[in-house]
Parts: sequence; structure tokens; C-alpha cells
Amino acid sequence: MASPDLPGPGAGDLVVARSEGLYCPPGDFYIDPWKPVERAVITHGHSDHARRGHAHYLAHTDSAGVLRARLGADITLQTLAYGDTIEHHGVRLSLHPAGHVLGSAQVRLQHAGRVWVASGDYKTEPDGTCAPFEPVPCDTFITESTFGLPIYRWPTQPQLFAEIDAWWRRNAEEGRASVLFCYAFGKAQRILHGVDASIGPIVAHGAVLPLNAVYRAAGVALPPTLRVTDPGVDAALLKRALVLAPPSAQGTPWLRRFGPYADAFASGWMQLRGTRRRRGVDRGFVMSDHADWPGLQQAIAATGASRVFVTHGSVAVMVRWLRERGLQAQGFATEYGDEDEPAATAQGEGAAA
Amino acid sequence: MKAFAALYRDLDASTSSLAKQAALQRYLRAAPPQDAAWAVYFLAGGKPRQLVPVKLLRLLAQEAAGLPEWLFEESYQAVGDLAETIALLLPPPGEAHDLGLARWVQDHLLPLRGAPADALPERLRTQWRRLAPDERLVYFKLITGAFRVGVSKLQVTQALAAVGGVDAKRVAQRLMGYTHLGARPDAAAYAALVAPEAAQERAAQTSGQPYPFFLAHPFNVDIAQFDALLGPTAGWLVEWKWDGIRAQLVKRAGQVWLWSRGEELVTERFPELAAMGEALPDDSVLDGEIVVWRDGTVQPFAELQRRIGRKTLGPKLLRELPVVLLAYDLIEHAGRDLRALPQDQRRARLDALLREVNHPLLVPSPVIGGDGWADLARLRESARERGVEGMMLKRRDARYGVGRTKDVGVWWKWKIDPLSVDAVLVYAQRGHGRRASLYSDYTFAVWNGLPGDAERQLVPFAKAYSGLTDAEMARVDAVIRRTTVESFGPVRSVKPTLVFELGFEGIARSTRHKSGIAVRFPRMLRWREDKPVEEADTLQTLEALLPP
Repeated sequence: MASPDLPGPGAGDLVVARSEGLYCPPGDFYIDPWKPVERAVITHGHSDHARRGHAHYLAHTDSAGVLRARLGADITLQTLAYGDTIEHHGVRLSLHPAGHVLGSAQVRLQHAGRVWVASGDYKTEPDGTCAPFEPVPCDTFITESTFGLPIYRWPTQPQLFAEIDAWWRRNAEEGRASVLFCYAFGKAQRILHGVDASIGPIVAHGAVLPLNAVYRAAGVALPPTLRVTDPGVDAALLKRALVLAPPSAQGTPWLRRFGPYADAFASGWMQLRGTRRRRGVDRGFVMSDHADWPGLQQAIAATGASRVFVTHGSVAVMVRWLRERGLQAQGFATEYGDEDEPAATAQGEGAAA
Repeated sequence: MKAFAALYRDLDASTSSLAKQAALQRYLRAAPPQDAAWAVYFLAGGKPRQLVPVKLLRLLAQEAAGLPEWLFEESYQAVGDLAETIALLLPPPGEAHDLGLARWVQDHLLPLRGAPADALPERLRTQWRRLAPDERLVYFKLITGAFRVGVSKLQVTQALAAVGGVDAKRVAQRLMGYTHLGARPDAAAYAALVAPEAAQERAAQTSGQPYPFFLAHPFNVDIAQFDALLGPTAGWLVEWKWDGIRAQLVKRAGQVWLWSRGEELVTERFPELAAMGEALPDDSVLDGEIVVWRDGTVQPFAELQRRIGRKTLGPKLLRELPVVLLAYDLIEHAGRDLRALPQDQRRARLDALLREVNHPLLVPSPVIGGDGWADLARLRESARERGVEGMMLKRRDARYGVGRTKDVGVWWKWKIDPLSVDAVLVYAQRGHGRRASLYSDYTFAVWNGLPGDAERQLVPFAKAYSGLTDAEMARVDAVIRRTTVESFGPVRSVKPTLVFELGFEGIARSTRHKSGIAVRFPRMLRWREDKPVEEADTLQTLEALLPP
């Protein structure tokens, strides 16, 4: 290892925080910048990470569809497969699965004997709709901390889907549509992939359809979905249906057609009664694209990094916790929101998709 | 326990009172009577004495979760509820059980109280190891005595009435004393709640049934329109609008019942009024307001609240916070239902009865005379000094109606406007329950100098947490997070940027507040996004509002 045991912050770092975003000085490029820059490496297609206006984009091959759909077909975009390496100004860069959404990647940077990994957003439990998270050994790990409190522990995928299925089944039996609010990119496809499609028909909001197409094109198996305008979609069918809609559809006239329906929201924040009740839905399913507390701990430990930067979420808590565990930890100020943000600050995916 | 935990989840998840009612009835119909007995006890507000010191519980939970104290505290602040925090932090259960609620309460929970201190930790750990996560939430809520699930005693009463096919007011009477401290409800006690009405129970002599309350409507029109809308003052009985607890006092067969609006029995909360009721002749029902009364004047509602909040009423509290019934209507006398009589005849009979009884805790609510509406309006301006909310206007020919009806007569409430100032938000704290993790509780300040005074500072004077819509609160929350200067545990100090119009009902000097001022019922009337912080009000503005 070329780096000294305790490098001073800033000096010789492979990634530093600048007002435009996370910046790699030797490579002269940014990772998920929030202001327009010359070169941007994009970890995934959620709107707080992939923004408009950069001159050159680099992302995983499976992100191409979403990025072009959202940022414009004409963006200058270079893609990489997981594990492939490119070199730029002497910095060797490769992308590795982050398990967050389709095409999501951790960015590994190697330069002058040092290895840094920027996680973007990640989830450690495989969900079948994107390449599962892989720990990448490094000296310095830049981690998210969206759910960086020990109160956040997710149910396993089978438990989660058993709950969703049971809710849908009971509603269908009682002749009520099951409206499940979820973000259009990532969550909606996970739900489609995981539910028992034999319970009834599945209806998808218009915002969800283009993303379903992107997933199907990438080879992810999703059950067929209907549009409310499709022939044969009538009141009788809707009473048995699972309806996937972005959160922005909550309280809109679009929902009137479903008659008296049951509604639910799928998000990691649903872990807390307070946020669940504030959402004003009948049920909250604890489903997140982010790592829970044990997931964050395992991921950080698995990198073997001695130095950790914490980007967004419970930054102060995570930094203190890691320091007490003997790691050199500090926060990075970023403008990443969270598509699950409970405090209604981020409009999030619903609007973007 | 599993069924009760599921009921808790259903009640907690829903905001619809219909859905809650359905869930309650479903549970009561299916539950074994010994479990239903305890479920009703807890849902109706029953609380056993503290079972385990909260401090010990926190310590054990923190230890079991393997967390340092600060991280347990951070978690608690994010969740906003101790029982929920513990339920979320404990490692997954290691065993299973199929015991009902009654077995859990009687064999496991209640014996915790008074268990030897050195045995307590292991007993608790053994218990929670067997419970699934949603059962744990209920378990810890029962232990911490924080069992609230957004169901009123009235809703429980209605569910029992539906399940048993009995009148709800009858069930309310049967529930009297059901939740007292130290109660041990069993299957027989539950059966008695939902049993068909017995003949002697139905007999009028033993019945403590109240009448449905007649309710007033707000009257907020300009004084110039009064004559046109109401006619001359002579057609109206005018009284002060008291800020207390509306109540009916029922005296029948030597027994006294005190019912609050919402048909909740509150006899046990006001033992001195129950004793006063003994002095009334049998078969009388009075309507009035319970207030704290000292030296012939009404005391702020906050004083009354201090009594309502108490589980036990010691002699000291009864002495410090004496109450009276300010009576303003007589709806039954000598067994005769007087509701069809005109207002002023009922009032005349009431006054005669009060003179006859002549009890110091039974005070007639005075009738206000005035020479025309303008004169009354001037008198009404003294409402704040008198500690009342305004005036009541009752048509002299009005019958005593049912609820908010206007068909047989009308009662108007003519309230005074709240006082208000524009104040600056300086501290914010996260809320609890539905608002957990949201910065929803605010401290407000005013300037201690006039604009242009370079030395002036913001002086905190009031806390408020109501009046904003959910959407506004989410926006304020975002600003608070962005403009935080410092965090002290759950409290953040913020850069002063937010101005609100703060309304309150009363204002007084106070030595307990740094500002020297205390306000009553402060709440946010509106968010003054148009107003710069420099233009917020000053301490001088507040002082000018003080009563002479």
C-alpha cells in the first residue's frame, strides 16, 4: 500500500467533495455530480444521481436505456460492463454491481497504488431484478447511509412478498382493488418480479410502463401488466387487480376509476409507525432499494477499507459509529436526496419517471 | 397475544373510524372472553401500576441490541416512541408461544411488578425472546404504560354495544370503574359488559342515563347585522361562554352520575361534585360546565387540565384545584323531561332549584343583561379579563334540542377573536406518534427591541405545534433541516428565517419565562412567508396586550 497510514484529508485523495459533486483530481472527472461538468460517471439512473447537462457520461451498460429516456437520446454516453476496466489520466476505473436498481454500480478507482470505491446507492440482499451487490476490496470506501440507524432492519424478500401477496389476496377476495404506491424505477419492477401473479391481474400506471420495458429488454422476467385503457379492463377486473402507481398519483383523479380501493406504500421508511401514518395509506410495506443497518455494516466491513466517507442519510451517526469501531470515518457533504425521503423534500422518482 | 397484536396493528394502521370499529368488533366476537376482558381494559384506557422501571427497560434493551447509549438515544429520537424503539432494536425471537392476552398479562406481565430486582432482567429477557416483533410492540407498550392506539373509550363502548346488542349508554355505565387501577378483569367481568339488559337495570329508578347534549353553533357576523339576524336582545338569554368541561349531572335513586359531552362518565374524576349531587332531589338532571373556581372566579382551563390528567386525585390536588358546576339548564326535574319547555322557563326552574339546594359547589351561570347588541358587544370585550371565551346567545323560546339541531331552537356561541403576534421560529423539536422524525414542535421568539436597535435580540416566549397543514409542516421541516445552527439532542436551533402569526387565548406576566410573559393555548394561525424576520413583533407588542 503506497498511502501512509493516516493521510491528511484532501492531500492525495482519489475523491474529494467539490461544489459540483464528488471529484477525482487525478482523473479529472466527477461521480454523480449535481452541477453540469465535463465528465460524469453515473452510478445509477435515479434522478438525484443522474442529472442533466454534463458533456460526457459514463455508466453501466444496463443504465443506458434509463439514462437516454430521462436525460435525452442525444447525450454523449459511454457504457461499461461490470468488471471491465478503462483508464483515464492514469486512473483505472471499473464498475461493480451495487444491487440497488438495474444498472446500478459501485465505482472502483485505482491510482498510484491506492484503491477507492464509491458505492453510489446500494442494497445487499439480492432481489432478482438486478445484479446482486458485490463487495469490492479497497483502502477507502465511500458509502451511503440512507438507513444508517439500527432501527432499520428489513424483512427478507420471501417475508415481504408473503405480506404483499396476503394483502392483495384478501382485497381481491373482498372485491377491492389493491393500489400499491411505489417508485416507478426499481421498486415497481421488484414488486412485479416478486408477487404471485396468479392472484389476479396487474395494472401499471403510465409512469411505470417505460421502465418495465427497460427491465424486460435487459432480460428481467416480469409478469404481464395491463393499462387502465386496455380493452377488457373493466370495473370487475379492477376489483381483483394489483395496481402499481408512483407516489405522485396519490390523491389524484386517476385513482377514482378503482372505486373503493385499499392502498399501501412500499418504502424502507414504512418501518416506522410515524412515517407510515403520515403517509395516510392503509398499509406500509417495508421495502427498500437501500441497505439496512446490518447490510451497511456488512458491506463496509467486507471492503476491508480503513477509511470511510459517508455521503447521505444518517451521516453523523454512521461516522461516529465507525470511528468508535476504529475506522477513520468522515462525512462528505452531497446533494443526493433519497427517492424514499419521508420529509417530502425530494419529489423523487414519481415526478421524474 | 397474537390476535391482540393483530388488532393493535389494524387499529394503528387505519385512520377510518369505520374500519377501526369493524376491527374492534371482529376481535371481540372472536376472542376468548378472558382475553377480551383485558383487551377492553387496555383499549378503554386502563393502566396497571408501573411494572418495570423505564430506566431498567431501556438499559436491558440497549444491552440486548448491543448498542452504545448514544445510538440507542438517536434511534429513540428518530422513532419517537420508546416501546416501538425497543421492539425494533431487539434481536429476532428465539422461541415461540401460543398464549393468549390474559395469560400473558396475568402470568407474565403483572407479576413483574414487585419481582426481586436481581431476577427482573432475566425474566424480561425470557419473555421478549418468545414474542414476535409485532407482539413485542404491544408488550412493551403495556409495560411502559403508553398503550394508546387512537381508539376512544366511546368507540370501545360502541363496539361492546354492537357485539352484545345492548344500548351504548348502558355499556358506558357498566364500564364505570372497569378500568380502575388494580382491576383484574376476567371472563365473567367481560360477559357482564355485553350481557342483555336486565329488567331492573332498565328500570328508570336505577338508571343514570343522561340526555343527548344540545350543542351550540358558532356565530361570527359583524355586530351591525345582529339586529337584522337576531332581532332585539329581549328575545335572547345571554350568558358567558365558559372554558371548562360541559357536563350533565344526573341524580336518580339516591345515586349521582356525572357525564361529559361525548357521553363519557366522569363521576370518579370529580368526587366533590358527586358529593354535591347528593344534595339534589332525586330525578333531576342539570346541564352546565365544570370549571376550576377560586374566590368566586373561574380559573384557566389549564388548571382543570391538571386534574383531568391525574390518575389519582389526592387531597392536596382537590384542595389546590377546587371545582364547581356552573349550571345553566335544567332538563329533568321531579322525573319530568323538561326539554320541550322554552329556555326561559327551564332557566326559571333551574334558578328556583339552585336556591332551594343552596350548595357552594353548584353555582348558577349568570344571565347577562345589556341594552342592545352594541352594549353587549362592549361588555364582551371584557371576556378575556373574565377568563371566558365569549358569550352564549340562547333563544328564550328555544327547546333543548338533540346535538347540533336547530329545528326546535338555537344556541349561538359568540366567541372573541384570539390575540395574535408575528413571531420567529428559533428552536424545533421532533414530534411524536404520527409526527415522529418530523420537526413539528416549535419555540417562538419576539424581538426585545424596536427595529433599528442594533443590540436587540430574539427572546423565546411560546411553544406551539398545531395549526399547520401536513404539507406546510413538511416544508417547514425541510427549512429547519437546512438552516440548523446547532443540535442539542432532539432540539435544533435554527437560523431565524421563519415568521408565523401566532394566536393565543390569554396572556399574563410570568416569572417562569425568560420573556416575562406567558401565553395560553398558543397555536400557529398562519405562516407569514411574506414577512421578513426583522418585521416580526416585539416584546413591547406583547406587553401592550397584557391585561391592566
